[in-house]
Amino acid sequence: MNTAIDVNAVTVHYGDVLALDAATLRVEKGRICGLVGMNGSGKSTLFKAIMGLVKPDAGTVTIAGDTPTKARRSGAVSYVPQSEDVDWQFPLSVQDVVMMGRYGHMGMARRPRKADKLAVADALERVELSEHAQRQIGQLSGGQKKRTFVARGIAQGATTLLLDEPFAGVDKRSEATICALLKQMASDGATILVSTHDLHALPDLADEAALLMQRVLMHGTPQEVLRPENLALAFGLDVINRSEDAL
Amino acid sequence: MSIFEFLLEPFDYVFMQRALAVTVVASVVCAVLSCWLVLIGWSLMGDAVSHAVLPGVALAYIVGAPFAVGAVLFGFLAVALIGAVRGTSRVKEDAAIGIVFTTLFALGLVLISVTPSQTDLSHIIFGNLLGLSQGDLLQVIVLGAITFAILVFKRHDFTLYAFDPTHAHAIGLNPRLLGAFLLGLLALTSVVALQAVGVVLVVAMLIIPGATAYLLTDRFSHMLVLAPAISVACAIVGLYISYYLDAASGGMVVLTQGAAFTLVYLFSPRHGLIVARHNAARRRKLATA
Repeated sequence: MNTAIDVNAVTVHYGDVLALDAATLRVEKGRICGLVGMNGSGKSTLFKAIMGLVKPDAGTVTIAGDTPTKARRSGAVSYVPQSEDVDWQFPLSVQDVVMMGRYGHMGMARRPRKADKLAVADALERVELSEHAQRQIGQLSGGQKKRTFVARGIAQGATTLLLDEPFAGVDKRSEATICALLKQMASDGATILVSTHDLHALPDLADEAALLMQRVLMHGTPQEVLRPENLALAFGLDVINRSEDAL
Repeated sequence: MSIFEFLLEPFDYVFMQRALAVTVVASVVCAVLSCWLVLIGWSLMGDAVSHAVLPGVALAYIVGAPFAVGAVLFGFLAVALIGAVRGTSRVKEDAAIGIVFTTLFALGLVLISVTPSQTDLSHIIFGNLLGLSQGDLLQVIVLGAITFAILVFKRHDFTLYAFDPTHAHAIGLNPRLLGAFLLGLLALTSVVALQAVGVVLVVAMLIIPGATAYLLTDRFSHMLVLAPAISVACAIVGLYISYYLDAASGGMVVLTQGAAFTLVYLFSPRHGLIVARHNAARRRKLATA
C-alpha cells in the first residue's frame, strides 16, 4: 500500500493559539477518510497545512511522496470549499468554474484547447450537471453547487481531493449522489479527505475516520471512531447526552 | 446646424481631439479593471491607491523620472502601510485605508505646492482634459495600452484570483503575486485616469462601469465588454455636453456615468430594482391566488 496523504507530527500556531499540536494522519491511496471534530478543532488548519497554505511550525506534509508545493504544481490537489466561503453571486457559469480546474494544464493566457474542453464536458457528465453547464452558479441547488466544485477537481485530474463540510445545506438525495460520486472517484484511485459535522453520513461514505482535537485523537473505522465514548473525547460529554442531533 | 455639424464641430479644435483620445483610453482601461475591483470588493482600495499615487507622481516630476514609476511605488507603499496599520494595531481596515491614503494624498498636495512648475494643483485634483499637451497624450496612450494588454492577456488568472484564491493556490499559482500584480496595474491606471478626470474622480471611473455591467449580466466575459462600452459611451456623451454647456469636462464625464448606473440600477432586465419589485409582486399574487 502507498501513502497518499502523509501528515507527520504537524504543529501550527496562530499567534498564541495552538491550532494543531503534533497532528499525525496517514491516508492510503484510494481511501475516503472522514475528519471529525468540533469547530476550532483544527480541521480547516489541517486542510491548509496539506495544501501548503500555512507553514507548519514543526512536522512535515507529503502528498503521494511529494512536497505540497510540488504536488500542487502537478495538479494533484483539489479543494472543495465550504459554501459560505464562495461568492455565489459571482458572474460565472458552472462550465466556467469547472474550466478553472484546467488552468494548471494550460498556457499563460489560459486559452482552452480541445483536451481541456473534453475534460470539462466529461467532468460535467460525471457529476450529472451537463444540462446546467451554462447556468450562473448562484442559480443551482445546494447539492448541484457542491457537485460543480467536485467536477472542477475531476476536470483537473486531481488525485487528492479535500472537501470542507460538503453536506452542509445539501438535501438527503443530493447527499447520496455526492457520496456515490466520491466512492466512484476513490475506486478510480483518488484519495479523499472529508471534514464533516454530519456523523450520520460518515459510516456509509468513509472507509475510515479520524477524530481531531488539535491532535488526531483516534484514527480507525468509522464505526470505531464514532462510538459515543470516543466522540465524548472530541466533543465533550454534554453533546452525547443531548443525542447526535446537536452536532 | 445639421446633426453632423453638431457632432463634428467640437473636434475642429486640437484640444478637444486630445481630450477625446485621453478620455476614451482612460475610460476603457479603468472600466476593464473595475470589473475585478467590484467583484473582489476592492472599491475602497481603488479609492485609496488612486489618491496615494499623487506624491509618487510629484516626486517623479521633481527628480525627472517617469510618472508611472513613482505611481506604482507609492501605490504599493499605500497598500503595505494599510496592511501594517491594520495588522499591528486595533484600528480596523476602513479606518486604516482612510488614514493612509489621505495622509499620502496630503503629502502629494504639499509636494506639488512647494515645487515650482507649470502644473496647477487644480489640474491634478480635477483633471485638465482641455489643456493636455502632446506629451501627456502620448504617455496616457502608452501606459493605457500596456495596462490594457496585460489585463486582457491575464484576465482568466485575475478572475480566478477574484473568485477563488484558494483554488489558485491549490493548482500551483501564487495568489499573493496575482493580487500584487492587480494592485500595480491599479496604480498605473490611476496615472492614466488622473490626466483625464483628476484624482478625485478617478475612483468613479474605477468603480461605476464595473458595477453597472455587473447589474446587466451574469457572465464575467460579458462584463469585460459591457463595462468599457458603457464607459466610453458615457465619456463621449459627457464631453459633448461639457462642450455645449461649457461645463467642467471631467465632472460631466463622471456625471454621465452616474446617470447610466442609475438607469441600469432601476431598469436592468436581470438585476434592476423595478424588475425585481415587479417579479416579487407577481410571485405574491400567484401565491395568494
